[in-house]
Amino acid sequence: MLRLVRTIQLALKSLLLHKLRSGLTMLGIVFGVFSVIAMLAIGEGASQQAQQQVLSLGATNIIVRSVKPPDDASSSQASGGRGSVLRYGLTRQDYRLLADTIPNLTGKGLVPVRELMMEVRFQNHVMNSRIVGCTADYLDMNHLAMASARFISDRDCNDMANVVVLAQGTAEALFPIENPINQTIQIGSQAYRVVGVTQARTASAAVGGSLSGQDFNKDVYIPLETLQSRMNTGDLFIKATPGSFSAESVIFNQITLQVGQIEDVVRTAEVVRETIQRTHSTKVDYAIVVPLELLRQAEQLRNIFNIVLGSIAGISLLVGGIGIMNIMLATVTERTREIGIRRALGARRRDIVQQFIIETVVLSGTGGLIGMAMGLSTPLVFKAGKWILVKYILDSTAATSEMGRMFLGMEPQIAYWSLPVAFGFSVFIGLVFGVYPANAAAKLDPIEALRHS
Amino acid sequence: MKYAARLIDIRKHYQLGTVEVQALRGVSLDIPQGDFLAIMGQSGSGKSTMLNLLGALDRPTSGQYILGERDVSDMTDDELSEARNSMIGFVFQQFNLVQQYTVLENIELPILYRPGSGAISPKDHQKCLELANRVGLGDRLDHRPFQLSGGQQQRVAIARALVNDPAIVLADEPTGNLDSSTGEEIMRILGELHDEGRTIIMVTHEADVAENANRQIYMKDGLIAGEGIFPGHRAIKA
Repeated sequence: MLRLVRTIQLALKSLLLHKLRSGLTMLGIVFGVFSVIAMLAIGEGASQQAQQQVLSLGATNIIVRSVKPPDDASSSQASGGRGSVLRYGLTRQDYRLLADTIPNLTGKGLVPVRELMMEVRFQNHVMNSRIVGCTADYLDMNHLAMASARFISDRDCNDMANVVVLAQGTAEALFPIENPINQTIQIGSQAYRVVGVTQARTASAAVGGSLSGQDFNKDVYIPLETLQSRMNTGDLFIKATPGSFSAESVIFNQITLQVGQIEDVVRTAEVVRETIQRTHSTKVDYAIVVPLELLRQAEQLRNIFNIVLGSIAGISLLVGGIGIMNIMLATVTERTREIGIRRALGARRRDIVQQFIIETVVLSGTGGLIGMAMGLSTPLVFKAGKWILVKYILDSTAATSEMGRMFLGMEPQIAYWSLPVAFGFSVFIGLVFGVYPANAAAKLDPIEALRHS
Repeated sequence: MKYAARLIDIRKHYQLGTVEVQALRGVSLDIPQGDFLAIMGQSGSGKSTMLNLLGALDRPTSGQYILGERDVSDMTDDELSEARNSMIGFVFQQFNLVQQYTVLENIELPILYRPGSGAISPKDHQKCLELANRVGLGDRLDHRPFQLSGGQQQRVAIARALVNDPAIVLADEPTGNLDSSTGEEIMRILGELHDEGRTIIMVTHEADVAENANRQIYMKDGLIAGEGIFPGHRAIKA
């Protein structure tokens, strides 16, 4: 044991004696370990972003959305000829059915939503906004928070009150200077009083392919009852073109269910699917999004991502190991006489094997440590890289292009388990690739080795 | 009489391709404790083979080699290593220090391979320092071989040879790479060791170096051709 310690000490010393050569020999391992950690950090960062987006949809939520069915002859036509009304989506019946069928919803775990795109106006500020008719529970369910005053209350809904709550973005567009609270805005032809403003929230990007990104910052929230009774379009959304008009009729754009226990989500989602399917058997005009399932998918995706990136980086570690073996083999030839001396002084073959393996492992292990330190700096390097890119290289069009946004959006997160794994792997590689040179060294005949010049 | 080493009818044959080379053809030699023996001979006479056998670097094809009280002839490779470590101190013509080690580390090297832990006890450390002082390198412990003159390197090698208190100090042309005055210095140290009662076996082809020993044998064609400084050695040298 003490011999081992001494051998390691001496190996480290002779490593330091040939700094340049040791450094160059280690380089392969250094970059191998670095790239393993960096790759996994990038993968981890990407998956954490995806997870956060999914979680922002609410892990205990089940979202049922109305979807316009693909155009076909069977879609219900209210009247033939020049005008048609397309009816689709979730109905009040669906809402009641869900409320009756699903047992384990929390008290206020069912929120229907109606959305409309309309023009919103305050004095000379105008913008197109998504008008969201909802209930008081919408706030919690979507993890929104208030920036000032209050959200829609149950009373507002019952009274069909003429009140709205603005999202941060809407509030800023309509009220660049004034305090929006208690001001009156116009939606369509009607006037509504602003009772609150929600806090800004980053838009959730498209997740898993079945839910498009949702930007909560340009919304206007209004009591559902108010919207349904007062907006003169009612349920209809009319699109007129010369010579014809078409209208779409949707009762609810979305019904969000919140399940009490996270363990119940998957089962409940099954029940929801069956329930909705029963009433919508003729056409598929709905979509069910279960964030928890998306989360699982995202996790699976992350695992695949990690394995692929990790193995690519692992290959560079392997190449680094071969580089070390190469140098160690050259060293054996170069140090033949030294091996002879050691044998003459009483080193057994296994002492020589041990010495060369230890030297290789010290080399690869030191490389691993340096690589680890470099790997840990990945997030910083990324930050610096992005800063340089934005400041000196990318013009604004390139920065907003698909590629530019993808790169600028990357936030590498060190996966801490990857540190011991990468380091352990580098030591392991030293062991494996040290064996051959070590045996070559031990096999030398001491007399021949001593004669070697 | 106690013997440091005994060779009994030692033969050593090598297979060189299809030809069998008989390097030693039945050599018997007793080396009493405290002897200072010089082995002389031309190249090809078998003196190198003899040295390898005496140093337990090799095994004889037949015959017996008793080192101290142990029969070396049938030892395994590991046992041979152990025997070299504990019984023999080597001094080479080329000094053969480990280049990347300091003077002190070179002197300590045999301790590392000592059977057992290989740990350097404070006592060992003390001994290494004493040996370094004795060969006059107490102030150069941190130097590396390339920073030393040939004579200094050879003195480090002598200190290293003595660390494990060997039964025999085996010197292979110890002055071969040194100028005559440094060579004399090395011979003086070897002489001192002999005076202390150590057994020294030295291989040399220089008669005036061999004269320092108290006994000389002359090898020829794989046999001991004669003992004593060969009468006509000066002629042979020329």
